[in-house]
Parts: sequence; structure tokens; C-alpha cells
Amino acid sequence: MRKQKLVIIGNGMAPGRMLEHLFETAPDAYEVTIFNAEPRVNYDRILLSPVLSGEKSYEEIIIHGDGWYIDHGVMLYKGHKVVNIDREAKTVTSEPGETDSYEKLVIATGSNPFIIPVPGHDLPGVLNYRDLDDVQAMMLAAQSHDKAVVIGGGLLGLEAAAGLKARDMDVTVLHLMPTLMERQLDAAASYLLQRELESRGIAVMTKANTKAILGTGKVEGVELADGTVILASLVVMAVGIRPNAALAKEAGLEVNRGIVVDTGMHTSDPDIFALGECAEVGGQICGLVAPLYEMARVAAAHLSGDTAKTFVHTDTPTKLKVTGIDLYSLGDFAEGDDREEIVLRDATASIYKRLILRDNRIIGTVLYGETADGAWFNDLKKKGADISEMRDTLIFGQAYQGGAPLDPTAAVAALPDDAEICGCNGVCKGKILSTIKAKGLTSLDDLRAYTKASSSCGTCTGLVEQLMSLTLGDAYNPSAVKPMCGCADLSHDDVRRLIKAKELKTIPQLMQELEWRTSCGCAKCRPALNYYMVCDWPDEYADDYQSHFINERVHANIQKDGTYSVVPRMWGGQTSARELRAIADCVEKFDIPTVKVTGGQRIDMLGIRKEDLPAVSAELGKAGFVSGHAYAKGLRTVKTCVGTDWCRFGTQDSTGLGVRVEKFMWGSWTPAKVKMVVSGCPRNRAEATCKDVGVVCVDSGYEIHFAGAAGLDIKGTEVLGLVKTEDEALEHIVALVQIYREQGHYLERIYKWAKRVGIAEIREQIMNDAEKRRTYFDRFVFSQKFAQIDSWSERASGKDEHEFTPMAELRLEAVQ
Amino acid sequence: MNVMTERWYAVGSIHEIPRRGARCVKHGDVTIAVFRTAEDKIFALKDKCPHRNGPLSQGIVHDGCVTCPLHNWVISLETGEAQGADEGRTASYPVKLDGQTILLCPTPSRAFAE
Repeated sequence: MRKQKLVIIGNGMAPGRMLEHLFETAPDAYEVTIFNAEPRVNYDRILLSPVLSGEKSYEEIIIHGDGWYIDHGVMLYKGHKVVNIDREAKTVTSEPGETDSYEKLVIATGSNPFIIPVPGHDLPGVLNYRDLDDVQAMMLAAQSHDKAVVIGGGLLGLEAAAGLKARDMDVTVLHLMPTLMERQLDAAASYLLQRELESRGIAVMTKANTKAILGTGKVEGVELADGTVILASLVVMAVGIRPNAALAKEAGLEVNRGIVVDTGMHTSDPDIFALGECAEVGGQICGLVAPLYEMARVAAAHLSGDTAKTFVHTDTPTKLKVTGIDLYSLGDFAEGDDREEIVLRDATASIYKRLILRDNRIIGTVLYGETADGAWFNDLKKKGADISEMRDTLIFGQAYQGGAPLDPTAAVAALPDDAEICGCNGVCKGKILSTIKAKGLTSLDDLRAYTKASSSCGTCTGLVEQLMSLTLGDAYNPSAVKPMCGCADLSHDDVRRLIKAKELKTIPQLMQELEWRTSCGCAKCRPALNYYMVCDWPDEYADDYQSHFINERVHANIQKDGTYSVVPRMWGGQTSARELRAIADCVEKFDIPTVKVTGGQRIDMLGIRKEDLPAVSAELGKAGFVSGHAYAKGLRTVKTCVGTDWCRFGTQDSTGLGVRVEKFMWGSWTPAKVKMVVSGCPRNRAEATCKDVGVVCVDSGYEIHFAGAAGLDIKGTEVLGLVKTEDEALEHIVALVQIYREQGHYLERIYKWAKRVGIAEIREQIMNDAEKRRTYFDRFVFSQKFAQIDSWSERASGKDEHEFTPMAELRLEAVQ
Repeated sequence: MNVMTERWYAVGSIHEIPRRGARCVKHGDVTIAVFRTAEDKIFALKDKCPHRNGPLSQGIVHDGCVTCPLHNWVISLETGEAQGADEGRTASYPVKLDGQTILLCPTPSRAFAE
């Protein structure tokens, strides 16, 4: 069958979900092309708040990676905003000039943030909160640790405020109405929420009417109608959204507030569908993910020929995604003559629950502080269940009905199979239970992969976990530690802690004490244990040669054919005629097939036979080279730019500092490799801001960065802080690496370690506690006494010679 | 079984191999890796991983296995078979100790048995 051409404008969560359904039911029906105004793949916008607060990375919220588009043969134009739809010719054209024709078109252009048209709304430093670009701009602005104002005390505004606060900004929320989140919460719950936010150091001003945004050239503050001025270098406007229907309107489609569609998601043109936040069904527009996913299901059905499916509006519970604040709101909670309510308050525990009833049926719920029964109340509401029988105990939740015991899983156990657990993805209890059983699932990650339950906003994770323990019993342990390997049940953290606590100083002793199941470990745990021992007992523990990977045993890098490559150390990336001549001589003498310049400003010689390695090391050693540790879980390279020596923009001696750091720090093992950079000015030509540790020299000193990545993951660095002198820069960097040495899991790069223990915590220890910093520094210096030994000169003088020569070459006569 | 093919060669002393380590023996074009475990047991495998020919003699030796340095396949020292989910087998050679002396038969075990 010939495939029809389907073009989608927009690549958000709704069209992404629609394609998933479509590829499931009719995988061969369409040839799909997507135009995405954003220059990226489909990611989970609901989780932008955890990205802002630093609890998740962008990589973790990607829904469809590039591979997904390739696997499904989807042509994705990234950064292509569509500017024209020609309904006559059935084509769309993007801003960069790409034109494609369609047989079916789906418009999913989402929504635009509402901008309050006050003076100064267009100043640099005024941001919205819609997509990843906004989040990244906020994260950048937050590096100033200055004052921020968030205009809007709704769901998005409060999440933005909490995220900026987590990034050490001084945050004020301005809200026009008298109470926060007034559309989802009643006054009592709003009060508790406001109190909680204030206790976290977020200032909240209600009835605050913004008159102007002040500043010349950039934002400096906000002025209210009553004359109050609040200083701020960042203003986030989160006052609401409006459907982005301009393109559809220009194309002559029927547009009201949003693009008007029927319950089958058809616009006024039968070949054009619209869904998501830009679509208006029955006069209503939607902004929460559950109805948008429902639209996706309906649109996919119609595209694959099933025209029976229709979209019906349902109440969607609201939850705030701020860690530590539990809030649940559903349905109608306005007061009225025909309504009754049941309220439970616990002031000390900050718990507030309110059920709104009409004719003995739940029509609305507001829960604050204790939200576990939300799903149950929602279920009763949906079914229109008569609650008169359990009226006296209803508010206490499901566990109290019928005198059932207070087992934490009892509530979820008692839910009927069709009770909705994951509102975002419309997954009910029965689906979760049957999938766990059918697929033999034992982990939350697997369950998310199969059912999508708790994979969007994540607030139902607790319920989903209860269902897992209900089904699996003791086999499911949500707090189960990830063991470091199959030889033991302990995590890396446990092992590191126990090495210290029990003073375990040899690997056999550790394996005995910690009940290792294998006699001498495996290739995963032994190198890790050996590293932990070397790190924790530098003067007492004898490094176990046989627990190192071959590269660290022979001080060269094994290649696919079993030959090796060798990288001599060039301090700070500087070399000389003498060194280059020695390398050239060595290459010729040993017939080394490939010579290559590396990304770390070094020279790599590839294809050396193992038996030649000691002689190559000796040859290079004569010219003054030491091993470049290109294989090491240790300091690899310090790249530099030329700084004040030569550069007309240089602000400090970046090469000098780079050489100094490298000479000071090479030798000691670290959990994983460490790559550093020193750039001589903010132009950052040595690329410091994607490295494990980077220094950007500025006029006033040295800005130290860390926790970047530019390999499998790409991540910009975090700023550790600014120091004035070169000596201080060295001390701070050394202390940082020593903390990492003591806390990192083996093979865990600095950016992953930093994410695990928290950027702010690391910053606190290094920048604000001089005494602690000094002890870390001293411990590193101590360990260097046993580590700065040139491995090449050791090899050249015959150490571990057995490694490089065959034990025997067989002659012909037999001995027996 | 053809007894005539059973030839044993003295390739060195057990002390020449580090515990949890290996040494190579060259036999024409073939390199044979001779392993010594933590318990002083001796094994011999062809020095080629069944996956991508990685030199097994360079791997980390643990219990009765060696982990290939190229892509971390785990190979049984006794049978030459890949462990876990991986599938493949490398040739193993008969090897035994006569006191401290390692005796190796450079004909692969399976051919030997057939």
C-alpha cells in the first residue's frame, strides 16, 4: 500500500504521543515529516521545573531521542518554524525555506505565554517559562545569585520560583489575586502553600499589580501600582498562556480562542487536524497533559481510520511539581447553597483536606500536605458514587473505611482495577498490575517503559511503587540499592563508607568482612575496590597491579588489534623543537604507523607492539617525557590557550596556570578520568566550559568551573566561584578534585558525581569553608607523595618485565 | 583418541606468571595465553576473544574467568566459553603442573577429545 504523506507542525508532547499511537496501530500508513520550531527533539515539558531546580538534566527528560525518529523513518526538521500553509497546493513552508507537501496535516503549535503589556516588558532579562530555552536562560541568569521576581503565582510561576530559589536566587513572587493558585486551591490551602514557600525563603506578595518593569538597557526592578519597587536582575513572567493559532488563522481555518476542532480533532478543513494546547474543542482549551494525551489518542485513531473515537473533556487533577510540597486539587470547589463540605485540618502537620459534596457525591477535592487518597477521591467522583454510608470517615481516606488496618498499601490495594493511577498518561490500576505480571517486571524503570505510568510529571510515583510492592511482595524494594556488581549486595556508597568505618585496608579483608560472594571479585568490582583503597589509605595500601585494567598496567592504550597507543605528557599543551624531534625519532625507530594530534592538545602515537612499549617509553623518557596518562582514571590533560604571553585579549597567564596545575596534580588516581582547561579570557578559546574542571581567567581573577561534559552527554559547566590569585585557584581546584576522589563512585565522572551530591553542597564546602578546603587540599598533597612516580621510567628500568615478553616460544621436542 | 598427538611442552615455572595474571606462549602463528588464578590453578586459552579477537592475556582474571580488555566479555578459563548473555567460545588447551613446571599441550582440547 502506498504511504500517505503526513506533515506535522510542532513537536511537543501531544503530537509525539499521537505518533506513538499511530505507529502502533498503523505503522505503514504514513510517511511522516515534522517541522519543529525548537531546534531539538521531543522532550517532557512537564519536567522542565525539575530541570530548572537542578533535580534532573535535559537528557533525562527527552521522550524521543534522535534514534526514535530514524527508527520510524520520520523526517524531523529542527529549528524550522512553519510560516505558511498553502491549503490549495497542500504545502507548508518553513522560515528557513523548506517546502513540503502533505495529504494530511496536523497542527500542534502549542501556546504562547501571555505577556503583560507594561512598560519595560521587552527589556533584556525579562523571560517567559515555556520551553528549554527559557529554562536555560533562567539557569544562566541564576549564576549571578542575584534577585529575581516571578510575576504570576499560578502553577508555572510557583514552580519557576522554587527552581530559581534552588539555584540560590533571592526570589519574590508577585501575584495579582489575593491568594496563590486561586483557580486550583481554596483560600485555606493557598495559605498553607504560601506559608511553606515563605519558610523556604521565597517572598510572596499577593494583590500585587505590576505597573512597569524598570531598567535601562536591562532589567533592574519591578514597580507596582502602589509605588513599591522591587529590585531584580531577572523577571520571569508566568501569568498564563494563550493558544498559538496565528498560523491556522492566516491559512483561513476557523479559529476562536484556539483552532476550532470537532471531537475527532478535525479542523474546518477535512485534511487538517489540530491538537494540543492550540486546539479548542467544544469551546474549551486545555493546558494539562492528560487531556492533551487524550487528544493524541483520538487524532491517531482518526488518522488510522477508526473514526468512532471521540474526545470528551474530563476533570484533571492538578499537582504542583515542587519537591516537598504535596498538593492535589480536582473538580469544582466553589461554595454554593446546594453543596456541603467535609474539612480536616491538622495545623501542626500542615495538613488540610476538603471534600466538596453535592447530593452525597464528591464533586471537588482539595488536598494539601497529605495527598495519598487523591486517586481514591477522584475515582469516587468519576463514578458518582454515593458516599452517605461512609460519610463519617470519608475524609480520613480509604484506609479507614470498613475498619481496615492501617497498612500503607491497603488504600491502593482496595482501589478497583479501573481506578486511574497515572492521570497524565491515563493508566489505570488494572493495566499496571497485568503488565507487571505479564512481563515479569521488577523495577519502576521497566514499568515506566512498558506502561508509561508515572513517567510524565512523576507525582504518582508513590502510588505506582505501592502497586509494585503489592504485586511483587518482598521481591520489590523501592529503596533497593544498586549493587556495585554481582559479587555483593552493597552499593558503591555503602562500600566506600564501610571501608572507612571498618578500616578495611586490603581487598581480601574487605571481601571477607563484607561477605563477597566470589573468591576474588570480578572485573567490575576489583578495579573499583582497588581505587577506593588507594584513595583512602594512600600510605598503607599497596596498589594491586592485577586489579588494574591493562592500559593502567602497561601505561598505554590498548587498540582494537591488540597494539597500543602512547601519549607523552606535554604540560599545558606546550611543546618544543627538542620534544617534537624526539617524538619523530621514536616514530621512525619503532616504525609507528599513525601519529595523531588529540583533542587534549597532545600527540598520540598509535599501533605500537606491546613488546616494544618499554623501549618506546625509554626512548621518550630520554627526551624528558613522562607518561601522558592518556589511559588513566586520573588527571589526563590540562588544555590552555596562550593567555597574556601572546594573546591581545589575555587577562592572566593561562598557560602558566595550566602547566602549574598539571605538574601539581598528575599522578593520583581519581574515580574516572579528569580533563581540565584554563582559558585566558572570557572568550574562552580553550573551551573551559564543557570540561570536568575549567578555569576562565578574567580581569579580576580566576573563575573556576566544574562538572561539564562533552562526550556521550553534553553539559555546560557550573560555576564554583571566583578567586583572586593563582595560588587560590590551585588550592580550590585541588580541594575540589580531592572531594571528588573521596566521594565519587568508580567510573563516575565529575558531572555525575556533582549531580548526585548537589552542586550547591560542593560549592558550600569549597568556597565557604576555608578550613575544610585546606584539609582536602592537604589530603591530596599527601596522596601525591605515593602517586607522582613516573610509570614510564619504572617500565624502562625493567619493572614488571614479565608483562611484555612471552614466557616461552615452543620448540619441537616434547618432554613427555 | 590418538595418543600420538599428545605432546607436552615445558613452558616455564608457575612463578613466572603473576597470581590473577597471564603470560603468553608463542606457537608458530598462534599465541596461547597461560593463566594463573588466585588459587594457583593453571589454564591455557588461545589468546583471542571469540568476540573481536581481543588479547585475553591482557584481561583481568577473577575466579575461573578472564574479562577481555576490549569489550568486557567474560570468558571461562576452563572451557573457553563466553559467560552470561554473550555467545562464543575460544579454544582451550590442556595444561598441567609437574611440581612448579607448567606443561602445555599446544593442540586445542576439543580436537584433542575427538
